[in-house]
Amino acid sequence: MAEDVIESGGGGHPPPLELVGVSKSFGGVAALRDVSFTLESGEIHGLVGENGAGKSTLMKIIAGVHTEFDGIMKIDGREVRLASARDALHNSIGMVHQELSVVPDLSVAENVFLGSQPVTAAGTIDWRRMNREAKKLIASLGLDIDPTTRMGSLPVGLQQLVELSRVLFSGARIIILDEPTSALSPPEVARLFGVLRKLRAEGHSLIFISHFLDDVIDISDRITVFRNGRKVATERVADLDKHKVIGYMIGRHSAELHMGEATELKSDDKKPIVLDVENASDGSVLESFSLSLRAGEITGVYGFMGCGQIELARMLFGKLPVWKGALKLDGRPVRFPSTAAARRAGIAYLPENRRMMLFRSEPVYKNVSIAILDRINRFWLKPDKERAITDAHIKDLQIRPPLNSALLGSLSGGNQQKVALAKWLTHLPKVLILSEPTRGMDVGAKEDVIRILKSLRDRGVAILVLSTEPETILTLADRVTVMKKGKVAREFAGRHLEKSDLLAAA
Amino acid sequence: MTTGEAAAPGSGRLKRFLADQLRNIAPVFTLLALAVFFSIASPSFLTVDNAFNIMSQVSITGIIAVGLTFVILTAEIDLSVAAVANAVGITMAYFTLQPDYVNIANIPLPGIIAIVLTLLTALAFGLITAFGVTWIGIPSFIMTLAIMQIANGVSALLVRGQIAYSYPEFITMLGSGTIFGIRWTIVVCLLFLLVAHLVLTYTRFGRYVYMVGGNREAAEYSGVNVKLIIAAVMVICAMCSGIAGMLGVAYFGSAQQNQFDTFLLDAIAAVVVGGTSLFGGRGGIGNTIIGLLVLGVLNNGLDHIQIDSFLKILIRGLILLAALVINVYAQVLREKQASTD
Repeated sequence: MAEDVIESGGGGHPPPLELVGVSKSFGGVAALRDVSFTLESGEIHGLVGENGAGKSTLMKIIAGVHTEFDGIMKIDGREVRLASARDALHNSIGMVHQELSVVPDLSVAENVFLGSQPVTAAGTIDWRRMNREAKKLIASLGLDIDPTTRMGSLPVGLQQLVELSRVLFSGARIIILDEPTSALSPPEVARLFGVLRKLRAEGHSLIFISHFLDDVIDISDRITVFRNGRKVATERVADLDKHKVIGYMIGRHSAELHMGEATELKSDDKKPIVLDVENASDGSVLESFSLSLRAGEITGVYGFMGCGQIELARMLFGKLPVWKGALKLDGRPVRFPSTAAARRAGIAYLPENRRMMLFRSEPVYKNVSIAILDRINRFWLKPDKERAITDAHIKDLQIRPPLNSALLGSLSGGNQQKVALAKWLTHLPKVLILSEPTRGMDVGAKEDVIRILKSLRDRGVAILVLSTEPETILTLADRVTVMKKGKVAREFAGRHLEKSDLLAAA
Repeated sequence: MTTGEAAAPGSGRLKRFLADQLRNIAPVFTLLALAVFFSIASPSFLTVDNAFNIMSQVSITGIIAVGLTFVILTAEIDLSVAAVANAVGITMAYFTLQPDYVNIANIPLPGIIAIVLTLLTALAFGLITAFGVTWIGIPSFIMTLAIMQIANGVSALLVRGQIAYSYPEFITMLGSGTIFGIRWTIVVCLLFLLVAHLVLTYTRFGRYVYMVGGNREAAEYSGVNVKLIIAAVMVICAMCSGIAGMLGVAYFGSAQQNQFDTFLLDAIAAVVVGGTSLFGGRGGIGNTIIGLLVLGVLNNGLDHIQIDSFLKILIRGLILLAALVINVYAQVLREKQASTD
C-alpha cells in the first residue's frame, strides 16, 4: 500500500476529494456548468444522469483524462491540477472502466502487477513473490482465486474484481467505478457490493456511476444527479427513491414536456405478426428473448448499451446465428445462413454506424442499387435504371446534393443516412430493422428520418427501432419492449408512456 | 482502367483528380518510359516482330493474371496460381499417350476426355481453396500457400522427375500453333482479358466483386453474399491458372516439375504494377493489361540490351518494389482526400 500519512489538521478532516465551480466545454458546447462536488471519506457516492448529462466528463476530470477545465479541484484539502491519468494515480485516484483493461492471456497475478512486476536480484520476474502477493491482495477482498489462473478463463465478474485489486495495489484510496454492474448477473452484483462495502469500511471513498438505478440506490450513501451538464441534486439515499431520482434526471417538475418525453402508444393487437422471435439466444448476450413485430407498427426496443440490442439486430439480419430458439416469418420458421438470405426473405437492416453499410468512395447510385441489383437484372448491369431509381429516392428523401454520381463520402452525415435508408426503399421490405436511426443527426435530418419511417409504417412495413436513447423510442414507437442484460425486462403497449417508465424498467 | 466518373478537372479539382488517378497514370508513364528507353538503347527493340514477341511472352502470364485480378480486387490473394498451372498442365500430360521414351506410368485417354478431366482438376483446386477461405475461414494468403504445396505435390507424384511431351491435339494447336501468323496463345489471352473486362465492368457479379473489395462489411450489411463472391473469384482464379497451365506446357513443348515457378511473381507483379489496389475495390483488367506490358517490355528489353542475366532478377525486384510503393501511396492519398471532403 502507498504511504498512509495522515495529513489531518487540527480541526475536521478535509474531504478526500472536492470540486468547486467546475466548468468544461468542448468547442463552445458546455458539457459541465459550475459543478461543485464533495466526496466524503468512507463514502460510496452514486452518480446518475442520462447520456450526455455530464457524468462522464466529471469523471474524466477527476481521473486526470481531461486536464483543461475551469474551477478548483482539491484532494485532502490541497488544490491540485492533474496532468494525466498517471498523475491521478499518484494522487491515489484510481478507476475501473466499463470496458475492463485486463490482458486475458496473462495470469491473474500478472494482471494485478501489470507494469510493476516484482523482480529478483538478477532482474528476472520474481514469480513466487508476485503470486504470493497477488493471492494476499485478492484474499483481502474476501475472494479465493488461484493467482496463476489465466485471466481470460475467469468470468467477467471476477475479472472486474481482479482489476479492482490492481487499482488498490497501485495505492488508490479514491476509486471511480464506471458502470460496474452492466455485465454482471445478480449474484455477481451481490458479491461486488460485498467487496465495495468492505472497502468503504476500510476508509476508501468510492464513486459509483451507473444507469442501473436500483443498483445505485442499493449501494450508495449519497447520490448526485446530473442533467444537461449541471448538478441537479445531491441527497442522502435515505431521502430518495427511484421515482424521485428519475424526476431529477429528466426534470419532470419543469412543466412542459418536450418532444420525445412522453407518448401515447398506438399499438394494435389486431395487426398481423410478421416476424416472431421465440426464445432466441445468440450464445453470449441474448437469453431466450422473445419479440413480435407487426405489420404497420413501429416496435421500439429500449435498453442500455451492451444489453444485447446489437446482437438481436445482427441475428435477425443473418449476421449472427440463432443459437437457441426460433425465428418465424409470416408464421413459417426461417433460418438465415447469410445476410443475403435475410435480404431475400424481406428483412432490411440499418446498423448503428452508417459506415458499416456505405461505400464512401463510390457514387451515390451504386450505394443505393447494391441491395437491389438482383431485382434490376440477373446478369448485365443496367446503370441507367440504377440512376433513375436513385434519382427518385433523391427527390423523395430530399438528399443533398441531388446528384446520383456524387461520391458518397462528400455528403453530410444526415444525407448519408438517407442514402443508407434509400437502399431498402425501392422494394419495400417486410421488416425494417434500424439501430439508432437518428443518432448524431441535426434536427432537420432527424425530422426527415422520422417522417420517412412513419410513412413506411403506414404503408405496412413492420419496423423495429433499437435505441439506447429514450427520446428516439418515445418519438417513434407504437409498442415498446425494454431490454435488460439480454432479456425482456418489460413490455408496453396501448397506454401512455413516459421517459420515466422506460428508465425505471431498464 | 475503370471508374472515370466524378472529378471534372477544374481549378482545385485537378489535385483531387490526380490523387484519384495516380494508380492509373503511373503505370502508363512507366510503360512509355521503358518503351522509349529500350527503343533508344537497342535498335532491335522497336520492331513489329518484337512487339508480337513481347505479347507472346506475356500471354501465358496474362491468362493467370486475369484470374488474379478478380482475386486481388476483392482484397484477397492467391499464391497457388503457378503451382496450380503446373499441376494442371502435368495432369493433362498424364492423361495423354506419351512417346515410348517417356518413362511415366500414365493413363492415356482420348483427347477430349483428357481435357475435361484436366479442367475438372483445376476446378477441384479452386473449390478446395474456396472452401478453406470462406467456409473454414483460413486467410487466403495462408490457404493458397498450402494449396501451392499440395499442387506441387500432385505434379511431383504424376511425373516423378520425368518429362512429358505429348498433349491433346487441340491443346497443342492452341499452345504452339498460329493463326494468320499470330500465336494462338496471344489470341486466347486477349479473349480472356476481353471477357474478364466485360464481366467486371458490365455484370452484376463484377459490381459485387468491386463492392466486396471496396468495403466488405458494407457489402455484407447490404445483403450481398460475400462468401459466395469470394468463393467464386477463387474458383475463377484456379480455372484461369489451370488453362494457362494447359497452354503453357504446350507452349514450352514439355511438361515437368517447377517449370512455372517464375509465373507466380510475374502474375502478381502484372496485376499490382498495373495499379489494381492491393486493398481491393480499385483497378481492373485495363490496369492488368498495362502491367503485363510493363513486365513484358522490361523482360524483353533487358534481353535486347544484353545486360547481365543475374542483374535482371534484381531489376525486376526493384521495379516491383517501386510499383508497390506507388500502389500503397495511391491508396493513402485517396483516403486523405476522402477524409478532407
